[in-house]
Order: sequence, then structure tokens, then C-alpha cells
Amino acid sequence: MGSPALALDPEIARATLVKGDNDFASVTNKVAQIVETPTPKAWFVFFGLAALLAGVWVVSVGYLVWEGIGIWGLNQPIGWAWDITGFVFWVGIGHAGTLISAILFLFRQKWRTSINRAAEAMTLFAVLCALSYVGIHTGRPWFAYWFIPVPNQMGIWQNYRSPLMWDFFALNTYFTVSLLFWYVGLIPDLATLRDRATTKTRQIIFGVLSMGWRGANRHWRHYEKAYLILAGLSTPLVLSVHTIVSFDFATSVIPGWHTTIFPPYFVAGAIFGGFAMVNILLVPAREWFGLKELITLRHVENMNKIILATGMMVGYAYCMEFFIAWYSDNDYEFFTFINRAFGPYKWAYWSMFLCNVASPQVFWFKRFRTSIPVTFVVALFVTIGMWFERFVIIGTSIHRDFLPSAWGYFRPTIWDISTFAGTFGVFLSLFLLFVRFLPMVAISEVKGVMPQAKTH
Amino acid sequence: MMTMSEKEKPFGIVAEFDSAKSLLHAAEKLSDQGYTVFDTHSPFPIHGMDDAMKLGQSKLPLIVFACAVVGFVSGLGLQAWVHNVEYPMIIAGKPDFALPAYIPVIFELTVLLGAFAAVFGMFGLNMLPRPNHPVFSHSRFHKASDDAFFVSIEAKDPKYDAAKTKDFLQQIGAKNVEVVHE
Repeated sequence: MGSPALALDPEIARATLVKGDNDFASVTNKVAQIVETPTPKAWFVFFGLAALLAGVWVVSVGYLVWEGIGIWGLNQPIGWAWDITGFVFWVGIGHAGTLISAILFLFRQKWRTSINRAAEAMTLFAVLCALSYVGIHTGRPWFAYWFIPVPNQMGIWQNYRSPLMWDFFALNTYFTVSLLFWYVGLIPDLATLRDRATTKTRQIIFGVLSMGWRGANRHWRHYEKAYLILAGLSTPLVLSVHTIVSFDFATSVIPGWHTTIFPPYFVAGAIFGGFAMVNILLVPAREWFGLKELITLRHVENMNKIILATGMMVGYAYCMEFFIAWYSDNDYEFFTFINRAFGPYKWAYWSMFLCNVASPQVFWFKRFRTSIPVTFVVALFVTIGMWFERFVIIGTSIHRDFLPSAWGYFRPTIWDISTFAGTFGVFLSLFLLFVRFLPMVAISEVKGVMPQAKTH
Repeated sequence: MMTMSEKEKPFGIVAEFDSAKSLLHAAEKLSDQGYTVFDTHSPFPIHGMDDAMKLGQSKLPLIVFACAVVGFVSGLGLQAWVHNVEYPMIIAGKPDFALPAYIPVIFELTVLLGAFAAVFGMFGLNMLPRPNHPVFSHSRFHKASDDAFFVSIEAKDPKYDAAKTKDFLQQIGAKNVEVVHE
């Protein structure tokens, strides 16, 4: 059963993370030539489309700033809808990158080396999209500096006991630390690009960016320690970020939000949705950029296993929420959940359930775990399902207030849709720029796990 | 040894080895011979090289710990000061000194300052950025970030002797042994 390439004796399968007849130089070549050869025409087509969509985002946000959040479909009782859904959706996607770069590093999962760079880049761009929602959803982004603890002429200070302040600190720390981690990982590869540079311009740019890295062991010594410490700091950090995002809801007294299961449930969902996005980005990338020997089927299979595991955790949380709603004997809580599954938003609830709980079940079979088309389709389903999850949590919990006179139903306006679609444009544009100009696989880390790197 | 009449002071000798394994053994032999001011250059960190070069533990964790403590104290201090001294106000019935509610910001600032210390401390200990360095003038050093392995012995090393060091390197299997200048 399974494909013959993966049905190897475990000892051999362990020994070759990199497939094919590769040595150090060929790995350098494979990755570095992607950014050194003339830009392929297809890249311009994709980038053009992504940039167009990013333009839609710029227009949407521009109009929002001009006119105010009234252009969105938000109104009482639904004060949060696609904006916060989009925010939680994007910040969740970021979590897979940190899981791969930090948590799998601490667990010495060497297979992470060929996917961590691209996944970390994905994290940065997803968190940027999330931060953009934080900035604009207040409707007055020019006051965003009110979050920053600086003395001001109004003599006012922030309320640090509020989850919104926690969120501000968590997100900004997360973005900053992810950026530092990503950059530190890039330094040896930037030095590779500097050393291979054929023009003065490239040599200067990569020379500056690589800080004059010379692969010295006296440097590697501190570098590896820094990398380990960053992994150790990022691991609790990533768990804290989505925990704090869930606090935005859980510390309120709204039935459907006020639950203790939220932090672990949100973190599992974030990893679930994030790995789906990694698959969506890397499955085509390995195909188009000739990286199949570095990002192998084993990587895809491992990620599918994680999707299956976290999908089951999310499914457990859906069921446990229902159980607790009943067990709590709280009428409002139970009503919210019955309303979620059988009320006016039942279409959203069951879409979520099918996409997130049912679709990953195919990954019990090795045949599907190692199938590229199945992987891609399931990843799309999971991404859709995770958007629905956030919408279901946010929308269905508030659309029926405590009194029936304050019941409503959310309909997105064209601006809700264009802002959200636009974030995909921003995200994909940045990712395409990344694959074009920076090494998308961590060259030096991959070399370190090749059999030739062994010293005994 | 270094006369000022020479146009350029020699920085030292850079020599190439053909694998991670032979580089590690070369480093061991250099250490055994009593060389101390030397370095190895490789495209990836080599397991066991710190021991071979007789390098101690990195001081970086101490720097990170100190900065993380500063982050912790400033997070606690900022919130306690704002809510108890500068701008006390009861919101949502929470007490002024609401330690549990302070934890997220304390934690984030601890991590943030720790991460800054890890990265900038690493640059500091490594004396980076330093865009140029004498070792780059070795004719094949551009391969050090690809698939080549080098040893560099500085003229500052008390055991350094241009001719003898060169001979010794060749003896232990080095290729492309070159003297590089400051």
C-alpha cells in the first residue's frame, strides 16, 4: 500500500530527507537559481493578478477611511462581523509558520528544514493582513497610536486590564519576533546569494543584508544559540497569541463566547488552518520551482497528518461546546448553541462542520495523504471551513441578543467582501515577491540535515 | 614578525578542506598543536566543532535572561504604575492591582525584550555587521557559503609562523593554502 517512494525501510527513509542525487552544491543551485534566473512570464501574470486584488484592498480601505465603517454591513446587534472574522482568520493562518519554525525545531523534527522558510514568510504576511484589520476596524486608524503607552496631552492612559490591549501587545510582539526569527534564519542564505552575485548591485544589496556573514564557527556558536532561544521564546509566544485572541471573546459575558475551552480550541484551529495554507502555497511552489527533491511527498504527508490531528481536536471542541452548553443548564447558553446549529445561520455552521471535521478524515488513508490533488482540495476546504468557524463563532453569538426585539441578521456589503478579498491580494503579492527575491528554502539548514554533513 | 615596512600586514592563513568531517579533524589537530586564534568556516554549523576548537559555552543566554527580566519588570511596572498611581480608574469592576489581568502584557514584553536580546546580542557577540573581512580575499572563499570548508589561522596566534603553519596545514590535508592580508 502507498506509493513505493515512501514505503522504504524506515532507516533509509530517515536518512534521506533530501531525495535524488544531491550534494551541497546542487542544493545551493536548486534554491538560489530560482531568484537568479530572469523572472518567468508566469510570475508576472500571477503577480499582476495578485497586485490587482491588492489594489482592490487599497481602494476598499481608502473608502473606509474616507467614509467610516458604515460602509460595512455592521449594525446593532452585530457589531463585529467580517472584520474580526478576517482578523482571526489571518492571524490563525500565521500560526502554522511558527509551529514549523519553532515548535518542530524544539522537537528536532528535521524534515521542517525545507519548509520552514516559506512557512515563516507566510506567517509574516498573514499577520500583516491581520494587523491591517486591527488597524481599520475601529474606523479611525489615525488614532491607532492611542494603543501605544506614551504620555500624551490628554493625560489619558490605556486600560491594560482589557483584552484588546493584550491583543495589541500580543500581535505586535508576535509580528516582531517572527520577523526577527525569519531574518536570523535568512542571514547565511543571504550570504550565499552575496557570494554567488554576478552584478555589483546584487552583491551590495545581499552584502548589506547578510551583515558580512562568513560562516565562521565562532559565529555559528552564538547563532545557533540565538536560534534555539528564539525557538524557545516563540513556542509559548505563538500559543499565547491565539489564546489572547480567544480572550477577546472569552472574557466577555456573551453566551457562545464566554467559555473556558476557547484558548486551546483556538490554538488547535489556528494550526489546522495554517497548515492548510502552507499546503496551498507549497504544493504548487514545489511543482513550479523544481523543488520536489527538497519538499518531498513525505513533507506533504507529515503536514496532512498534522491537519488530521488538529482537525480532530477542532471537531472535539465543536462537540464539547455543545455538551457544556447543555450541561451548564444555562438557558441563554443552550439557546445560542441550538440557534447556531439550527437557526438562520445553520448553513454556515454545517459548512464549517463539513469542511473542518469531515473533509480531513480522508487523511486516515495513506493513499490520500500522499496524493497531491487530494491534499490541495482538502486544504482549500479547510481554509474555507476555518473562515466559517470564525464567522459562526462571532456572528451567531451576537445576532440574537437577549431580547427578540434586538435580533438581526448580518448581510455583507460589497465593501465587506472587497476588503476581505483584497487581503488575499496583499497576502499573495507579498508571497510572490518573497519567492521571487529571497531563497524560499533554508539552504544552510537543509545542508545541515544531509548525510554528507555528518562528521562521524 | 610583522615589519611595518611590508605594505600590507598579513591577517593570517586561510586553507581549504574537502568535507565537514575533515574540517572537524583539522580543527582538532590545530587545537592539539596549541593554536588558539583560529576559526573554521562552513556553509552550515558543524556538530562537535565547538568542542574541537575548545570553545566554551556561548554567553548569549545570560544576555537574553537579563533583558527578559527587564521586560518582565517593565511590563509589571508600567501596568501597576498606570492603574495605581498615574491614572487609577475602575473599569469592569476590576481592582487597580489586578495581577491576573496584567499577565498577558508582562508575558509579551518579557518575550519581546528576550527576542531582541537574542538577535542583537548575537550580532554584538559576533561583531556583526562587518561587511568586509580579510578572509574574503582568499581565492575560493566565495564557496564557503556553498560547499567548501575553510580554516583561518590569524597571525595574532602565538603559535603562528607563516612557513611552519602552512606546512602543518598541508600535512593534515589542506588544499589552497593562502596567506591573506588585512
